[in-house]
Amino acid sequence: MNFGVIVFPGSNCDHDCIHVISSVLGQKATPVWHKETSLTGLDAIILPGGFSYGDYLRTGAIARFSPVMGAVKTFASEGGMVLGICNGFQILLEAGLLPGAMLRNKSLSFICKDVHIKVENAATPFTGHCESGQVLKIPIAHADGNYYTDPVTLAALQANAQIIFRYCRPDGKVTPEANPNGSLDNIAGIRNAEGNVLGLMPHPERCAENVLGNDDGRVIFLSMLDALKKASLQPKAVEV
Amino acid sequence: MKAKIHITLKSGILDPQGKAIEHALETLGFKNASNVRMGKYLELDLRETTQDRAEAEVKAMCEKLLANTIIEEYRYELNT
Repeated sequence: MNFGVIVFPGSNCDHDCIHVISSVLGQKATPVWHKETSLTGLDAIILPGGFSYGDYLRTGAIARFSPVMGAVKTFASEGGMVLGICNGFQILLEAGLLPGAMLRNKSLSFICKDVHIKVENAATPFTGHCESGQVLKIPIAHADGNYYTDPVTLAALQANAQIIFRYCRPDGKVTPEANPNGSLDNIAGIRNAEGNVLGLMPHPERCAENVLGNDDGRVIFLSMLDALKKASLQPKAVEV
Repeated sequence: MKAKIHITLKSGILDPQGKAIEHALETLGFKNASNVRMGKYLELDLRETTQDRAEAEVKAMCEKLLANTIIEEYRYELNT
């Protein structure tokens, strides 16, 4: 499978993603410069972390107007899998591919540390390798991860099982103390209503192999790969 | 024409920076300050001489890029 990793000016986790796709998963990873307007030949798209356009104005606010984002929107609307990590998540929010917005962390600090997240929905192409309720230890590194949306949208996210990851204690309990940034309902990651676009603040690409002392993040990439393989077995694969 | 644009978080949305500033003011003895809201201020020159069209353009800029209307509100002044 061929994973496209979008590179914006200021992306800094693109190479980590490319490393995981190629060295850990043994798949093809293709860097895609933000000025590209076509994603032909790519099976899934990753928007990596970083500080696209220096986070000027708001995180992701300028990157969302990059030429490549038109192609990403088309790719997503045709059912293609899109994963946004950290700044990638922020860009997906600004682009309207996921609902809501990011506020400054409640503590006002840039937080860089391991956190625990609970897999709330394992029946997605991004979490098929997980069990529902499984706890993953994955690092976060952000200043704007305080997820916010209006009460109507939050209710819809909850009702449609679109909240995929929530900050929790190591034992899986979702508590206010386990929430590192003030995020609404302890939200660490959500998907769109169709289920093919996922955004999360933690960085699974930073902990996807044993040599780093933690490979909890690998399940997300393995899940994506499995979903792509299953979809490719079907003619006219649009179902993911 | 010059546009002066103010963007702040909507009322009701927690503004951690505003809170921190309010706390600092209080610590410094400014006990009368409350409800501090932190925002952004932008100035720009507009090659447009008609008030109505200038206003429509600035509004479009705010809606499309300058403010995220999920969390922010904006106001602007236009001066010739």
